[in-house]
Amino acid sequence: MVKLTIDGQEVEVSEGTTVLEAAKELNIKIPTLCYNRHLKPYGGCRMCLVEKSIPNSPRPPELIVSCAYPAENGAVISTNSERVLNARRFVIELMLVKCPDSNEIKDIAKEYGISKDDKSDLVGNYLLNRANTTNHTKCVLCGLCTRVCAELVGMSAISFSGRGSRRKIKTPFDKISSTCIGCGACAYLCPTKAIKIEEAS
Amino acid sequence: MKTENQIEIIDLEKLKKEILSKRSLDQPMVIIAGGTCGFTSGASEIIDAFKDELKKQKLDGKVEIKVTGCHGFCAIEPAIIINPGNICYKDVLPKDVGEIVSETIINKKVIERLLYTDNVTGEKFLHEEDIPFYKKQTRRLLANNARIDPLNIEDYIAVDGYFALDKALKMGSDKILEVIKASGIRGRGGAGFPTAIKWEMTKKAQGTEKYIVCNADEGNPGAFMDRSLLEGSPHSVIEGMLIGGFTIGARFGYIYIRKEYPLALEHLRKALEQAHEYGFLGEHILGTDFSFDIEIVRGAGAFICGEETNLLKSIEGAIVEAQTRPPFPAIKGLWDSPTVLNNVKTLSSIPLIINNGAEWYSNIGTSTSKGTIVFALVGKIRNTGLIEVPMGITLREIIYDIGGGIAKGKKFKAVQTGGPAGGCLPDSMLDMAIDFESLIKAGTIMGSGGMIVLDEDTCMVEIAQYFLTFTQDESCGKCTPCREGTKHMLDILTRITQGQGHEEDIAVLENMGSLIIDASLCALGKTAPKPALSTIKYFRDEYEEHIKNKRCPAKVCKALVNYPMPNED
Repeated sequence: MVKLTIDGQEVEVSEGTTVLEAAKELNIKIPTLCYNRHLKPYGGCRMCLVEKSIPNSPRPPELIVSCAYPAENGAVISTNSERVLNARRFVIELMLVKCPDSNEIKDIAKEYGISKDDKSDLVGNYLLNRANTTNHTKCVLCGLCTRVCAELVGMSAISFSGRGSRRKIKTPFDKISSTCIGCGACAYLCPTKAIKIEEAS
Repeated sequence: MKTENQIEIIDLEKLKKEILSKRSLDQPMVIIAGGTCGFTSGASEIIDAFKDELKKQKLDGKVEIKVTGCHGFCAIEPAIIINPGNICYKDVLPKDVGEIVSETIINKKVIERLLYTDNVTGEKFLHEEDIPFYKKQTRRLLANNARIDPLNIEDYIAVDGYFALDKALKMGSDKILEVIKASGIRGRGGAGFPTAIKWEMTKKAQGTEKYIVCNADEGNPGAFMDRSLLEGSPHSVIEGMLIGGFTIGARFGYIYIRKEYPLALEHLRKALEQAHEYGFLGEHILGTDFSFDIEIVRGAGAFICGEETNLLKSIEGAIVEAQTRPPFPAIKGLWDSPTVLNNVKTLSSIPLIINNGAEWYSNIGTSTSKGTIVFALVGKIRNTGLIEVPMGITLREIIYDIGGGIAKGKKFKAVQTGGPAGGCLPDSMLDMAIDFESLIKAGTIMGSGGMIVLDEDTCMVEIAQYFLTFTQDESCGKCTPCREGTKHMLDILTRITQGQGHEEDIAVLENMGSLIIDASLCALGKTAPKPALSTIKYFRDEYEEHIKNKRCPAKVCKALVNYPMPNED
């Protein structure tokens, strides 16, 4: 068992439990996007970042992804420090610039009080008012669709292609996937409803 | 399988003596620097010219031609050394070869015009090691590059090659770890993690199979340290991997080498073949129970594969994507087995430490960073090349004493270290003693050893834009801050260079940069903003000139430079 403190409350969990799962036991909600408890931890979207410190350790406090980081003995976790909130706001703002038409991302932004009229948030103000938005899509590249297809359906009918800002979800060679069984799990899990299931014409 | 009785026990001392007895110190020899840099400067024409000339003068067989790796001083290549006499000639042309053979080799006369001449003092230098470029260096890792034929394992054995392996196998893994720990060596890939701790963690980790991986995916623009070592002394890396593999309990190792290094690959392949022939690789190495083999994996050209978790994914054949740590590769790495990943220079250092002792290694350096460091000194500098200097040397010594100052009489502006993950330092930082810690404090990193010197004609905003373009393009795209954030930073930098900067841009870049560093998944995202942040820190006025006055002080940004046309009438 490992013992750690999250937002001032102590919790004891079995070894290998993630910080996110440990927080859940304390009813502390950490926002997530690319996380799904049936899939392997991914740590890509960075919504669930929390601040970890080990008292009396030479290592300075650092931001970690709670969905993938295992609970550590003696760790002190903050899920809502200023550093955490700033990073989380930044991640949401980046997603909002990428997916300005997604109602789901808009709702998350609202929940965190992100508004383009907020002049106090320099980076947010830039991103939401002046940043280049020509590249926008509905897909936030959380990878839930590709992972459910690979890990649970066992088909890998879709996958990431390209790297950096050219990264996209695609079928192999952009052709109709021969391995897709039409189960719709990808569309079901998609947090921004970017994937639609249509009847083949 | 060989049985106990069939194990051939090699007596290395005896083997070395045999090799040396075949060689005569008096035999004339032409040593030609034949790294990739040497060949691109015309070394192969020089080799052919010598072969023809020796035949013509009926000396073939009497004069040995030895093609080595890069000696370091790329600016004077093709460079050769004539023995006996240890005479160094620079910028040799095929038309000089006839004269070299008849004058220097036969008549033992020095050809003055081919000697290196100092531009300032006019002094001529007969020996390579006396040239100011070499004089201030401490060449340990690079020593073999000037003295052995990398394609001949006997050359390596003649300079005590594989002696450290023999010694290490007799020491046992605990004693090896003790020595490596006492030497204080830290990873030469850039992060400077103590090598002994990495090895110890992997040794202690649970796992039936363990691996040691050599990271030769050198991808930083302007960096060629690892390439030159692999080309010039491939056996050093193999020996280092053998010792590492033995220490952690691995039976198998991989060398992950970038595709763009064909000559290094060729030398490495040949070296592996020869190491097999001599029984340094394979079953029951040197008559012990230790069996080990190495396979080469070629990268496909993605910079991100130099990051350890990505590199391991690439070997596995999976989609290359940064992985969250922990678990660290030492616990769960290649195919979920405990894995050690070391840089080429780290592994090449290991045989030297085992042979010469921990103290020999730790005697050089600063309190936290021991040993020497290899830099690829490039850019607007007079003496470009590969250098090896003790930790703790100042940037001024490197740039002015070794590098000979700025090329074409221009003024120094900045020095960039650490590649796209590093930063630019100005004139005021030149007297700082460099080690892992001091460079981080100054806003850059040691990195794997790229050092680019920039002169007054460089625009610092454009430099930041150049590096951000690189990292942005090379980001794997998994995590939001790196994928999206660096794109926005690049957009801002591009706008500034086009004269469309906004008064808030500098502050936005600074804040966004620190958020990206804080929130990104792997080392690429955590360092990508540094070129922008360090240039803002030291060259803020240049950013302001671009933004407020729409002026590029270095006259680099095309949109901000006026081209006055002569009046037509």
